[in-house]
Amino acid sequence: MFAYYARLAARSFRRNKVLTALMVVAIALGIGASMTTLTVFHVLSGDPIPDKSDRLFYVQLDPAGRGGYVPGEEPNSQMTRFDGEALLREAKAERQALMSGGGGTIEPDGSTLQPFSIDTRWTSADFFPMFNVPMQYGRGWTRQDDDGRARVVVISKALNDKLYQGGNSVGKDIRMDGQSFRIVGVMKEWNPEPQFFDLTTGSYGKDEDLLMPMSTSMDLKLGSSGNMNCFGENPDRDSYSVNAPCTWLQYWAEMDPGKADDYRRYLENYSSQQREAGRFERPPNVRLRNVMEWLDFNGAVPSDVRLQLWLALGFLGVCLVNTVGLLLAKFLRRSGEIGVRRALGASRGQIFLQCLVEAGAVGVVGGVLGIGVALLGLFAVRQQPVDYAKLAHLDGSMLLLAIGLTLFASLAAGFLPAWRAMQVTPAIQLKSQ
Amino acid sequence: MDIRPILSTLRRHKTAAALIVLEVALTCAIVCNALFLVSQRVEKISMPSGLAENELVMVRVSGIGKQTNGMARTREDLASLRAIPGVTGATIINQVPFRSGSSSSSIQRQQDQERPTTEASMYTMSEDGIRTMGINVIAGRDFLPDEYMDYAVVSKAGSTDKALPVIFSQATAAKMEPDGSALGKTYYMGKQPLHVVGIVDTLTTPTGWDDNWNESMLMPLRRGFDEGGTYMLRTAPERRDEVLKAAVAALERNDANRLMRDKKTYEDQRNDYFKNDRAMVGLLVTVSIALLVVTALGIIGLASFWVQQRSKQIGIRRALGATRGQILRYFQTENFLLATLGIVLGMLAAYAINLALMNMYELPRMPLLYLPLGAVLLWVLGQVAVFGPARRAAAVPPAVATRGA
Repeated sequence: MFAYYARLAARSFRRNKVLTALMVVAIALGIGASMTTLTVFHVLSGDPIPDKSDRLFYVQLDPAGRGGYVPGEEPNSQMTRFDGEALLREAKAERQALMSGGGGTIEPDGSTLQPFSIDTRWTSADFFPMFNVPMQYGRGWTRQDDDGRARVVVISKALNDKLYQGGNSVGKDIRMDGQSFRIVGVMKEWNPEPQFFDLTTGSYGKDEDLLMPMSTSMDLKLGSSGNMNCFGENPDRDSYSVNAPCTWLQYWAEMDPGKADDYRRYLENYSSQQREAGRFERPPNVRLRNVMEWLDFNGAVPSDVRLQLWLALGFLGVCLVNTVGLLLAKFLRRSGEIGVRRALGASRGQIFLQCLVEAGAVGVVGGVLGIGVALLGLFAVRQQPVDYAKLAHLDGSMLLLAIGLTLFASLAAGFLPAWRAMQVTPAIQLKSQ
Repeated sequence: MDIRPILSTLRRHKTAAALIVLEVALTCAIVCNALFLVSQRVEKISMPSGLAENELVMVRVSGIGKQTNGMARTREDLASLRAIPGVTGATIINQVPFRSGSSSSSIQRQQDQERPTTEASMYTMSEDGIRTMGINVIAGRDFLPDEYMDYAVVSKAGSTDKALPVIFSQATAAKMEPDGSALGKTYYMGKQPLHVVGIVDTLTTPTGWDDNWNESMLMPLRRGFDEGGTYMLRTAPERRDEVLKAAVAALERNDANRLMRDKKTYEDQRNDYFKNDRAMVGLLVTVSIALLVVTALGIIGLASFWVQQRSKQIGIRRALGATRGQILRYFQTENFLLATLGIVLGMLAAYAINLALMNMYELPRMPLLYLPLGAVLLWVLGQVAVFGPARRAAAVPPAVATRGA
């Protein structure tokens, strides 16, 4: 039966080539545009660390002065060095890491390479197991290295390729900003997108090529990059000193999601103690958000991308309405033919099915073309000068979604015209022939 | 023309008519909003900076290793840069309009105020900065030569009782003194008093952070190249490339062991900053055109179907004496009526979408001007699309009426 309907559909397409082409093109454009933006949206709103995102929490305290305090107000988005180091010392979570972005100039020794600047991250030992950092050679550093301000670093695959042609460089010395550091580990390709653990240095397309203990970088006064927010009088005029009233660090804690309430109480207690000691001026005001909550709160998906998504869905809507109209015209134009088939004994259901097969065929061809359009669209997105450009690729799950969307779209577009066609009354059609 | 026969025909083709109306309405709603978004972006892209944009080039360098005397090297650099043929001014500045990341400071009227009056972007620059950058002083004066100090010295000393001179942008001045002139007044940056010596008409902030694009201020504080300073050079527009090359060479001559971080014309800096907005404008325009094309194709398809379906009635009308022009106008009027209905619905939808966007993306309200604009666009589109099928209808010969079908 299906094969017969398919033959009928093919014959009908041949009869109305232009109309058929119009419908196919409309569906292809609609599917292509919406798949392009859906893919970008999917890539940008994805979970950067799916197996742990509910176990990793971003910690915020409120160390700001009393001035202008509004109860319930969002506390400072980053942490002071004093609080970060205190929480790290107390180590109340399963794992914890203090961190900040930084930068430096690598001085390759003796080779033909010129000095070049890189982005870096200053952090603490737990960073590597917490964020599942994959290692090619060696390992991350230890808490003893943190405590001893050891001159050790972990470098990225890219930096290792550039300086050591991809060989095992563990144990070698690397020079940066006039200092020498021992390489203890080389990472595999690792680039979570968005770079959720620090959203202050740009969320997409970031490459940090070197990681060093926070304590070492502070010891050597290597500065930081990202946002710094200072409040109140600074006693020793150095924004990086332990007692500076400046927030510029990110603090992450790993724990069982069930323990989050206990940890929150611990942070409140800590805040109260700091207030009693005269450091904090505000009542405890803490936040503890897991990875996805933190990304959501920061609007990590650019609002332009959301806007494009709505625009493309609207476009798909117009294309569908257009296809409904054209299919309706097509089916009703064949009212005479349908009348004859009905008179010869075809049931309404059979007419309905036949029309739906025809609509489905248009949809499938349009959908396949649409996936082509989407690939072209994503290619165009990758040429755009936006920082998430290189992430725009169609993956397996989006391909499945594209197929689903196509089937849904073509059947939805075919439903109304097929319904109308099935109600053609044979008597009137035959009479007017 | 009598529209009653048209209406009674349409009543018998409710579904197809409703589909055309729906398509026109959706297109109208989306295109109105897309055009509005485009105009918003274009307005943003063409925002003035307050600088002599097409006469400036910028170079940022950073040292390798610790700099022992950055300020002395910066003075040498500036002297070498001024000596380049074609350079009419050179200064070192901490930040420029339209870049990522900005430095700002709160200002208050009273020293012991709990909440500052406003937050202004703080530009600091060395001698001759205002003239070099082409910033327009509209009240008061430029900084005097003896007012310039080293940023490092001032920040190390901390707050003092001695007021520092400052120049406000017009917007900052208006915020501090809504009813009078801020010129000559004293305000506070934390505990540090500031004395307003001048006002400039426009000096845009680097990032528009916190929706502040125009509240800024200038201070006569020199920053070394090793303290985040950027060299700015002024020259004639056609000599920019040549001056840029000479500037890089001069800086390398002064100290070969430095990294060139940025070397570009200010125009490039600006274009780079707005690249996302330009990409978005391109996308919105593309989608709008595609929408209009799809809608036009839909109208052509349905109108052709109607013409074919009614060719017998058309033949009869022709046989009864209707002219070709009357048949043509029949289909044109029909399309006009459908488009009008679609446009009315589309305007309501456009308004609703705008309200939703206002909630979600803090967009401003769409000016009502966009509604008639969208309407005219779709009327014209409908008429262009229907012209072909209508002409085919007018070409139906009266003899069709006599053929038994």
